[in-house]
Amino acid sequence: MQILIPILIVGGIGLLAGVILAAASVLMAVPKDEKAEALEALLPGANCGACGFSGCSGYARAMAEGKAQPGLCAPGGPKVAQACGELLGTGPVETVSKQATVRCLGSDDNADTRMDYVGIASCAAAQLLGGHTDCRFGCMGLGDCVAACAFEAIRVCNGLAQVDPEKCTGCGRCAEACPRGLIELAPKKRRAVVLCSNCDSARDTLRVCKVGCIGCGKCQRTCPVGAVTVANGLAAIDPAKCVGCGKCAAECPRKVIRLETM
Amino acid sequence: MDGQVIKGLVAIFLAAILTENYVLNKFLGICPFLGVSKKLNTAVGMSCAVTVVMVIATAVTWPLYMGLLVPNGLEYLQTVVFILVIAALVQLLETVLHKYMPPLYNALGIYLPLITTNCAVLGVTMLVLEKAAGDPTFGYVQALVNAFGSGVGFLVAMVLFAGVRERLEECDIPQCLQGLPITLVAASLVAVSFLGFNGLVDRLM
Repeated sequence: MQILIPILIVGGIGLLAGVILAAASVLMAVPKDEKAEALEALLPGANCGACGFSGCSGYARAMAEGKAQPGLCAPGGPKVAQACGELLGTGPVETVSKQATVRCLGSDDNADTRMDYVGIASCAAAQLLGGHTDCRFGCMGLGDCVAACAFEAIRVCNGLAQVDPEKCTGCGRCAEACPRGLIELAPKKRRAVVLCSNCDSARDTLRVCKVGCIGCGKCQRTCPVGAVTVANGLAAIDPAKCVGCGKCAAECPRKVIRLETM
Repeated sequence: MDGQVIKGLVAIFLAAILTENYVLNKFLGICPFLGVSKKLNTAVGMSCAVTVVMVIATAVTWPLYMGLLVPNGLEYLQTVVFILVIAALVQLLETVLHKYMPPLYNALGIYLPLITTNCAVLGVTMLVLEKAAGDPTFGYVQALVNAFGSGVGFLVAMVLFAGVRERLEECDIPQCLQGLPITLVAASLVAVSFLGFNGLVDRLM
Protein backbone atom coordinates (compact mmCIF):
# COMPACT_ATOMS: atom_id res chain seq x y z
CA MET A 1 0.00 0.00 0.00
CA GLN A 2 2.87 2.30 0.81
CA ILE A 3 3.88 2.55 -2.84
CA LEU A 4 0.49 3.99 -3.73
CA ILE A 5 1.18 7.33 -2.03
CA PRO A 6 4.20 8.31 -4.19
CA ILE A 7 2.44 7.02 -7.29
CA LEU A 8 -0.60 9.12 -6.50
CA ILE A 9 1.42 12.22 -5.66
CA VAL A 10 3.73 12.15 -8.69
CA GLY A 11 0.94 11.03 -10.97
CA GLY A 12 -1.30 13.73 -9.57
CA ILE A 13 1.30 16.44 -10.11
CA GLY A 14 1.83 15.21 -13.67
CA LEU A 15 -1.89 15.07 -14.34
CA LEU A 16 -2.42 18.53 -12.87
CA ALA A 17 0.42 19.98 -14.96
CA GLY A 18 -1.00 18.29 -18.04
CA VAL A 19 -4.48 19.64 -17.41
CA ILE A 20 -3.15 23.16 -16.79
CA LEU A 21 -1.06 23.04 -19.97
CA ALA A 22 -3.95 21.67 -22.01
CA ALA A 23 -6.28 24.34 -20.66
CA ALA A 24 -3.68 27.04 -21.30
CA SER A 25 -3.12 25.91 -24.87
CA VAL A 26 -6.87 26.11 -25.52
CA LEU A 27 -7.55 29.33 -23.59
CA MET A 28 -4.49 31.18 -24.80
CA ALA A 29 -4.28 29.77 -28.28
CA VAL A 30 -2.61 32.12 -30.72
CA PRO A 31 -4.08 31.86 -34.19
CA LYS A 32 -1.30 30.56 -36.36
CA ASP A 33 -0.99 31.55 -39.97
CA GLU A 34 -1.41 28.22 -41.73
CA LYS A 35 -0.50 29.70 -45.06
CA ALA A 36 2.81 31.00 -43.73
CA GLU A 37 3.62 27.61 -42.25
CA ALA A 38 2.84 25.82 -45.50
CA LEU A 39 4.98 28.32 -47.41
CA GLU A 40 7.86 27.91 -44.98
CA ALA A 41 7.74 24.17 -45.53
CA LEU A 42 8.18 24.76 -49.26
CA LEU A 43 11.24 27.00 -48.84
CA PRO A 44 14.68 25.41 -48.68
CA GLY A 45 15.33 26.45 -45.06
CA ALA A 46 18.87 27.66 -45.71
CA ASN A 47 18.09 31.10 -44.17
CA CYS A 48 20.53 32.65 -46.63
CA GLY A 49 18.73 35.99 -46.81
CA ALA A 50 18.87 36.27 -50.61
CA CYS A 51 15.17 37.22 -50.61
CA GLY A 52 15.89 40.25 -48.45
CA PHE A 53 14.15 38.91 -45.35
CA SER A 54 15.69 37.75 -42.10
CA GLY A 55 15.24 34.12 -43.00
CA CYS A 56 12.93 31.57 -44.57
CA SER A 57 10.23 32.03 -41.92
CA GLY A 58 10.34 35.81 -42.33
CA TYR A 59 9.94 35.50 -46.10
CA ALA A 60 7.11 32.97 -45.70
CA ARG A 61 5.28 35.32 -43.32
CA ALA A 62 5.72 38.27 -45.71
CA MET A 63 4.42 36.18 -48.62
CA ALA A 64 1.41 35.03 -46.63
CA GLU A 65 0.60 38.65 -45.74
CA GLY A 66 0.94 39.64 -49.37
CA LYS A 67 3.91 41.90 -48.66
CA ALA A 68 6.31 39.90 -50.83
CA GLN A 69 6.19 38.17 -54.17
CA PRO A 70 6.98 34.51 -54.67
CA GLY A 71 10.11 33.94 -56.71
CA LEU A 72 12.54 35.93 -54.55
CA CYS A 73 14.10 32.73 -53.28
CA ALA A 74 17.30 32.26 -55.27
CA PRO A 75 18.32 28.88 -53.82
CA GLY A 76 14.85 27.45 -54.37
CA GLY A 77 14.77 28.53 -57.98
CA PRO A 78 11.80 28.12 -60.30
CA LYS A 79 10.56 24.97 -58.55
CA VAL A 80 9.99 26.69 -55.21
CA ALA A 81 8.67 29.86 -56.86
CA GLN A 82 6.14 27.77 -58.78
CA ALA A 83 5.03 25.89 -55.68
CA CYS A 84 4.69 29.11 -53.66
CA GLY A 85 2.78 30.76 -56.50
CA GLU A 86 0.36 27.87 -56.66
CA LEU A 87 -0.18 27.93 -52.90
CA LEU A 88 -0.85 31.66 -52.95
CA GLY A 89 -3.03 31.35 -56.00
CA THR A 90 -1.12 34.00 -57.94
CA GLY A 91 -0.38 31.69 -60.84
CA PRO A 92 2.93 30.90 -62.53
CA VAL A 93 5.97 32.96 -61.60
CA GLU A 94 8.85 33.83 -63.85
CA THR A 95 12.28 33.39 -62.36
CA VAL A 96 15.82 33.55 -63.63
CA SER A 97 18.28 31.39 -61.81
CA LYS A 98 21.60 33.09 -61.36
CA GLN A 99 25.11 32.05 -60.70
CA ALA A 100 28.08 33.72 -59.09
CA THR A 101 31.39 34.11 -60.92
CA VAL A 102 34.65 35.36 -59.45
CA ARG A 103 36.01 37.78 -62.02
CA CYS A 104 39.67 37.14 -61.35
CA LEU A 105 42.29 34.59 -62.33
CA GLY A 106 44.97 35.92 -60.00
CA SER A 107 45.94 32.70 -58.23
CA ASP A 108 49.31 32.52 -56.50
CA ASP A 109 50.89 31.35 -59.77
CA ASN A 110 49.60 34.29 -61.78
CA ALA A 111 49.78 37.27 -59.46
CA ASP A 112 52.19 38.25 -56.70
CA THR A 113 51.65 39.92 -53.36
CA ARG A 114 53.21 43.17 -52.29
CA MET A 115 53.51 42.20 -48.64
CA ASP A 116 53.24 39.25 -46.29
CA TYR A 117 49.85 39.72 -44.69
CA VAL A 118 49.63 38.24 -41.18
CA GLY A 119 46.58 40.09 -39.83
CA ILE A 120 43.02 38.86 -39.36
CA ALA A 121 42.24 36.29 -42.03
CA SER A 122 39.56 38.34 -43.74
CA CYS A 123 39.50 40.14 -47.07
CA ALA A 124 37.61 43.04 -45.49
CA ALA A 125 40.40 43.50 -42.93
CA ALA A 126 43.17 43.22 -45.53
CA GLN A 127 41.34 45.74 -47.70
CA LEU A 128 41.69 48.30 -44.90
CA LEU A 129 45.42 48.30 -45.70
CA GLY A 130 44.65 48.50 -49.39
CA GLY A 131 44.97 44.74 -49.79
CA HIS A 132 48.10 42.63 -49.85
CA THR A 133 47.95 41.60 -53.50
CA ASP A 134 49.97 43.45 -56.12
CA CYS A 135 46.81 43.89 -58.15
CA ARG A 136 44.50 46.33 -56.38
CA PHE A 137 41.45 44.79 -58.05
CA GLY A 138 42.19 41.06 -57.73
CA CYS A 139 41.11 38.29 -55.40
CA MET A 140 42.92 38.34 -52.04
CA GLY A 141 41.98 34.74 -51.33
CA LEU A 142 41.24 35.23 -47.61
CA GLY A 143 37.79 33.74 -48.00
CA ASP A 144 35.16 36.27 -46.94
CA CYS A 145 33.00 34.82 -49.72
CA VAL A 146 33.63 31.28 -48.45
CA ALA A 147 32.41 32.30 -45.00
CA ALA A 148 29.37 34.03 -46.48
CA CYS A 149 28.27 31.07 -48.60
CA ALA A 150 25.55 28.99 -46.98
CA PHE A 151 25.91 26.21 -49.53
CA GLU A 152 29.66 25.48 -49.44
CA ALA A 153 29.80 26.42 -53.09
CA ILE A 154 32.97 28.53 -52.86
CA ARG A 155 36.45 27.48 -51.90
CA VAL A 156 39.77 29.25 -52.02
CA CYS A 157 42.27 27.29 -54.06
CA ASN A 158 45.83 28.51 -54.54
CA GLY A 159 44.91 31.99 -53.33
CA LEU A 160 41.91 32.38 -55.61
CA ALA A 161 38.22 31.96 -54.80
CA GLN A 162 36.42 29.54 -57.06
CA VAL A 163 32.68 28.93 -57.37
CA ASP A 164 31.32 25.45 -57.83
CA PRO A 165 28.52 25.96 -60.39
CA GLU A 166 26.83 22.74 -59.30
CA LYS A 167 26.35 23.99 -55.76
CA CYS A 168 25.91 27.72 -56.39
CA THR A 169 22.32 28.85 -56.00
CA GLY A 170 22.84 32.46 -56.99
CA CYS A 171 21.78 33.93 -53.64
CA GLY A 172 24.40 36.67 -53.96
CA ARG A 173 25.73 36.66 -50.40
CA CYS A 174 29.30 36.19 -51.63
CA ALA A 175 28.97 39.18 -53.95
CA GLU A 176 27.96 41.29 -50.95
CA ALA A 177 30.82 39.94 -48.84
CA CYS A 178 33.59 40.62 -51.36
CA PRO A 179 35.19 43.97 -50.43
CA ARG A 180 36.51 44.36 -53.97
CA GLY A 181 33.21 43.63 -55.70
CA LEU A 182 34.79 40.86 -57.71
CA ILE A 183 31.87 38.50 -57.74
CA GLU A 184 29.30 38.93 -60.47
CA LEU A 185 25.81 37.46 -60.43
CA ALA A 186 24.50 36.64 -63.86
CA PRO A 187 21.80 34.38 -65.30
CA LYS A 188 22.68 30.73 -65.69
CA LYS A 189 23.08 30.26 -69.42
CA ARG A 190 25.72 29.64 -72.05
CA ARG A 191 27.68 32.88 -72.09
CA ALA A 192 31.17 34.33 -72.03
CA VAL A 193 32.63 35.98 -68.92
CA VAL A 194 35.69 38.16 -68.51
CA LEU A 195 37.66 36.74 -65.59
CA CYS A 196 39.39 39.97 -64.66
CA SER A 197 38.39 43.18 -62.88
CA ASN A 198 41.58 45.19 -63.35
CA CYS A 199 40.80 48.70 -64.59
CA ASP A 200 44.46 49.79 -64.78
CA SER A 201 46.22 50.57 -68.02
CA ALA A 202 47.68 47.68 -70.00
CA ARG A 203 51.19 48.42 -68.73
CA ASP A 204 50.18 48.46 -65.09
CA THR A 205 48.09 45.31 -65.51
CA LEU A 206 50.99 43.48 -67.15
CA ARG A 207 53.23 44.46 -64.25
CA VAL A 208 51.03 42.87 -61.57
CA CYS A 209 49.40 39.87 -63.27
CA LYS A 210 50.30 37.24 -65.83
CA VAL A 211 46.72 36.82 -67.02
CA GLY A 212 44.91 40.14 -66.50
CA CYS A 213 42.78 41.84 -69.13
CA ILE A 214 44.77 44.55 -70.93
CA GLY A 215 41.81 46.06 -72.73
CA CYS A 216 43.18 45.39 -76.21
CA GLY A 217 39.68 45.38 -77.67
CA LYS A 218 39.99 42.26 -79.80
CA CYS A 219 36.92 40.73 -78.19
CA GLN A 220 34.87 43.86 -78.85
CA ARG A 221 35.75 43.74 -82.53
CA THR A 222 35.07 40.00 -82.80
CA CYS A 223 31.70 39.93 -81.06
CA PRO A 224 28.95 39.47 -83.66
CA VAL A 225 26.17 40.77 -81.39
CA GLY A 226 27.88 43.76 -79.76
CA ALA A 227 27.75 42.31 -76.26
CA VAL A 228 31.34 43.26 -75.39
CA THR A 229 32.42 46.74 -74.42
CA VAL A 230 35.95 47.74 -73.44
CA ALA A 231 36.21 50.65 -71.05
CA ASN A 232 38.92 51.69 -68.53
CA GLY A 233 41.22 49.04 -69.93
CA LEU A 234 38.83 46.24 -69.10
CA ALA A 235 36.44 44.21 -71.25
CA ALA A 236 32.90 43.68 -69.99
CA ILE A 237 30.30 41.36 -71.47
CA ASP A 238 26.59 42.05 -71.17
CA PRO A 239 25.08 38.70 -70.16
CA ALA A 240 21.73 39.73 -71.62
CA LYS A 241 23.17 40.24 -75.10
CA CYS A 242 25.76 37.43 -75.12
CA VAL A 243 24.73 34.46 -77.24
CA GLY A 244 27.58 32.24 -76.11
CA CYS A 245 29.25 31.80 -79.50
CA GLY A 246 32.68 31.75 -77.90
CA LYS A 247 34.45 33.82 -80.54
CA CYS A 248 35.75 36.35 -78.01
CA ALA A 249 37.15 33.57 -75.84
CA ALA A 250 39.01 32.14 -78.81
CA GLU A 251 40.40 35.54 -79.84
CA CYS A 252 41.53 36.77 -76.41
CA PRO A 253 45.34 36.96 -76.36
CA ARG A 254 45.40 36.79 -72.57
CA LYS A 255 42.97 33.86 -72.36
CA VAL A 256 40.99 35.76 -69.74
CA ILE A 257 37.57 35.19 -71.30
CA ARG A 258 35.91 31.92 -70.42
CA LEU A 259 32.86 30.38 -71.99
CA GLU A 260 30.41 29.25 -69.31
CA THR A 261 28.49 26.21 -70.44
CA MET A 262 25.64 25.35 -68.15
CA MET B 1 11.02 42.83 8.79
CA ASP B 2 13.82 43.78 11.11
CA GLY B 3 17.32 44.75 10.06
CA GLN B 4 18.80 41.34 10.75
CA VAL B 5 16.50 39.66 8.20
CA ILE B 6 17.16 42.26 5.51
CA LYS B 7 20.87 41.97 6.12
CA GLY B 8 20.54 38.22 5.71
CA LEU B 9 18.64 38.63 2.44
CA VAL B 10 21.29 40.97 1.03
CA ALA B 11 23.98 38.47 2.05
CA ILE B 12 22.09 35.65 0.31
CA PHE B 13 21.65 37.77 -2.82
CA LEU B 14 25.32 38.78 -3.02
CA ALA B 15 26.50 35.26 -2.22
CA ALA B 16 24.34 33.83 -5.00
CA ILE B 17 25.90 36.23 -7.50
CA LEU B 18 29.55 36.20 -6.46
CA THR B 19 30.66 33.33 -4.25
CA GLU B 20 28.09 30.70 -5.22
CA ASN B 21 27.77 31.59 -8.86
CA TYR B 22 26.04 28.66 -10.53
CA VAL B 23 28.08 28.79 -13.70
CA LEU B 24 31.51 29.79 -12.45
CA ASN B 25 31.61 28.13 -9.02
CA LYS B 26 29.20 25.21 -9.24
CA PHE B 27 29.68 24.57 -12.96
CA LEU B 28 25.99 24.12 -13.68
CA GLY B 29 24.35 25.42 -16.82
CA ILE B 30 27.59 25.22 -18.79
CA CYS B 31 25.90 24.41 -22.10
CA PRO B 32 24.07 27.74 -22.47
CA PHE B 33 27.14 29.43 -20.99
CA LEU B 34 29.28 28.16 -23.88
CA GLY B 35 26.54 27.94 -26.48
CA VAL B 36 24.76 31.25 -26.25
CA SER B 37 27.56 33.57 -25.14
CA LYS B 38 28.83 34.41 -28.61
CA LYS B 39 26.93 37.67 -28.79
CA LEU B 40 26.08 40.09 -26.00
CA ASN B 41 22.39 40.59 -26.80
CA THR B 42 21.55 36.89 -27.11
CA ALA B 43 23.47 36.27 -23.87
CA VAL B 44 21.38 38.89 -22.07
CA GLY B 45 18.13 37.48 -23.53
CA MET B 46 18.98 33.96 -22.43
CA SER B 47 19.99 35.10 -18.93
CA CYS B 48 16.78 37.05 -18.43
CA ALA B 49 14.74 34.01 -19.43
CA VAL B 50 16.77 31.83 -17.04
CA THR B 51 16.29 34.32 -14.19
CA VAL B 52 12.53 34.41 -14.64
CA VAL B 53 12.27 30.63 -14.81
CA MET B 54 14.54 30.19 -11.74
CA VAL B 55 12.37 32.44 -9.58
CA ILE B 56 9.07 30.93 -10.75
CA ALA B 57 10.40 27.39 -10.45
CA THR B 58 11.57 27.99 -6.88
CA ALA B 59 8.27 29.67 -6.05
CA VAL B 60 6.44 26.49 -7.05
CA THR B 61 8.83 23.70 -6.07
CA TRP B 62 9.57 24.99 -2.54
CA PRO B 63 5.97 24.76 -1.25
CA LEU B 64 5.52 21.51 -3.18
CA TYR B 65 8.55 19.97 -1.47
CA MET B 66 7.81 21.34 2.01
CA GLY B 67 4.08 20.76 1.88
CA LEU B 68 3.70 17.55 -0.08
CA LEU B 69 6.94 15.57 -0.27
CA VAL B 70 8.36 16.07 3.25
CA PRO B 71 5.17 15.17 5.20
CA ASN B 72 4.86 11.95 3.20
CA GLY B 73 8.54 11.06 3.52
CA LEU B 74 9.07 11.27 -0.24
CA GLU B 75 12.21 13.45 -0.31
CA TYR B 76 13.84 10.91 -2.61
CA LEU B 77 11.36 11.83 -5.37
CA GLN B 78 12.46 15.46 -5.54
CA THR B 79 14.48 15.12 -8.77
CA VAL B 80 11.61 13.51 -10.70
CA VAL B 81 8.99 15.89 -9.36
CA PHE B 82 11.14 18.99 -9.89
CA ILE B 83 11.97 18.11 -13.50
CA LEU B 84 8.27 17.51 -14.16
CA VAL B 85 7.24 20.79 -12.58
CA ILE B 86 9.98 22.87 -14.25
CA ALA B 87 9.23 21.42 -17.70
CA ALA B 88 5.52 22.12 -17.29
CA LEU B 89 6.24 25.64 -16.00
CA VAL B 90 8.46 26.53 -18.92
CA GLN B 91 5.81 25.29 -21.34
CA LEU B 92 3.17 27.32 -19.54
CA LEU B 93 5.38 30.40 -19.52
CA GLU B 94 5.96 29.99 -23.26
CA THR B 95 2.21 29.80 -23.95
CA VAL B 96 1.49 32.82 -21.79
CA LEU B 97 4.27 34.88 -23.38
CA HIS B 98 3.17 33.87 -26.87
CA LYS B 99 -0.32 35.10 -26.13
CA TYR B 100 0.27 38.26 -24.13
CA MET B 101 3.82 39.38 -24.91
CA PRO B 102 4.64 38.43 -28.50
CA PRO B 103 7.67 40.76 -28.76
CA LEU B 104 9.27 39.18 -25.70
CA TYR B 105 8.30 35.73 -27.00
CA ASN B 106 10.02 36.43 -30.32
CA ALA B 107 13.05 37.90 -28.58
CA LEU B 108 13.50 34.85 -26.35
CA GLY B 109 12.73 32.53 -29.25
CA ILE B 110 14.47 29.20 -28.92
CA TYR B 111 15.99 29.97 -25.50
CA LEU B 112 12.79 29.45 -23.58
CA PRO B 113 12.28 25.76 -24.53
CA LEU B 114 16.01 25.21 -24.04
CA ILE B 115 15.68 26.17 -20.37
CA THR B 116 13.47 23.11 -19.80
CA THR B 117 16.64 21.05 -19.73
CA ASN B 118 18.89 23.65 -18.12
CA CYS B 119 20.59 22.05 -15.13
CA ALA B 120 21.21 25.43 -13.47
CA VAL B 121 17.44 25.83 -12.95
CA LEU B 122 17.14 22.36 -11.47
CA GLY B 123 20.26 23.05 -9.39
CA VAL B 124 18.83 26.25 -7.92
CA THR B 125 15.61 24.54 -6.83
CA MET B 126 17.39 21.52 -5.35
CA LEU B 127 20.46 23.05 -3.71
CA VAL B 128 18.33 25.64 -1.96
CA LEU B 129 16.74 22.77 0.00
CA GLU B 130 20.16 21.73 1.31
CA LYS B 131 20.71 25.30 2.47
CA ALA B 132 17.35 25.31 4.20
CA ALA B 133 18.12 22.02 5.95
CA GLY B 134 21.24 23.52 7.56
CA ASP B 135 19.71 26.86 8.53
CA PRO B 136 16.38 27.11 10.38
CA THR B 137 15.97 30.81 9.52
CA PHE B 138 16.08 30.02 5.80
CA GLY B 139 12.48 30.26 4.58
CA TYR B 140 10.40 30.85 1.47
CA VAL B 141 11.43 34.50 1.02
CA GLN B 142 15.10 33.61 1.40
CA ALA B 143 14.69 30.87 -1.21
CA LEU B 144 13.14 33.30 -3.69
CA VAL B 145 15.90 35.86 -3.11
CA ASN B 146 18.46 33.11 -3.58
CA ALA B 147 16.83 32.10 -6.89
CA PHE B 148 16.75 35.68 -8.12
CA GLY B 149 20.38 36.20 -7.10
CA SER B 150 21.37 33.00 -8.89
CA GLY B 151 19.68 34.27 -12.05
CA VAL B 152 21.49 37.58 -11.79
CA GLY B 153 24.72 35.64 -11.21
CA PHE B 154 24.03 33.71 -14.39
CA LEU B 155 23.48 37.01 -16.19
CA VAL B 156 26.75 38.43 -14.85
CA ALA B 157 28.68 35.33 -15.93
CA MET B 158 27.09 35.32 -19.38
CA VAL B 159 27.68 39.03 -20.00
CA LEU B 160 31.27 38.86 -18.78
CA PHE B 161 32.00 35.86 -20.91
CA ALA B 162 30.27 37.28 -23.98
CA GLY B 163 32.60 40.27 -23.66
CA VAL B 164 35.61 37.98 -23.35
CA ARG B 165 34.55 36.02 -26.42
CA GLU B 166 33.96 39.12 -28.49
CA ARG B 167 37.53 40.11 -27.67
CA LEU B 168 38.80 36.63 -28.52
CA GLU B 169 37.38 37.04 -32.02
CA GLU B 170 39.88 39.83 -32.62
CA CYS B 171 42.87 37.92 -31.31
CA ASP B 172 45.56 36.07 -33.17
CA ILE B 173 44.99 32.60 -31.71
CA PRO B 174 47.26 29.65 -32.60
CA GLN B 175 45.46 27.41 -35.05
CA CYS B 176 45.40 24.38 -32.74
CA LEU B 177 43.54 26.42 -30.10
CA GLN B 178 41.02 28.15 -32.32
CA GLY B 179 37.32 27.67 -31.63
CA LEU B 180 36.21 25.57 -28.67
CA PRO B 181 39.64 24.99 -27.03
CA ILE B 182 40.36 28.68 -26.49
CA THR B 183 36.76 29.19 -25.36
CA LEU B 184 37.20 26.53 -22.65
CA VAL B 185 40.53 28.02 -21.56
CA ALA B 186 38.92 31.47 -21.34
CA ALA B 187 35.95 30.02 -19.40
CA SER B 188 38.27 28.41 -16.86
CA LEU B 189 40.19 31.66 -16.39
CA VAL B 190 36.95 33.56 -15.79
CA ALA B 191 35.95 30.87 -13.27
CA VAL B 192 39.31 31.13 -11.49
CA SER B 193 38.93 34.88 -11.26
CA PHE B 194 35.58 34.36 -9.54
CA LEU B 195 37.30 32.28 -6.85
CA GLY B 196 38.73 35.59 -5.69
CA PHE B 197 35.32 36.46 -4.25
CA ASN B 198 35.47 33.57 -1.76
CA GLY B 199 34.82 34.75 1.78
CA LEU B 200 33.99 38.23 0.58
CA VAL B 201 30.33 38.16 1.57
CA ASP B 202 30.95 36.68 5.02
CA ARG B 203 33.46 39.41 5.83
CA LEU B 204 31.24 42.09 4.40
CA MET B 205 28.28 41.18 6.62
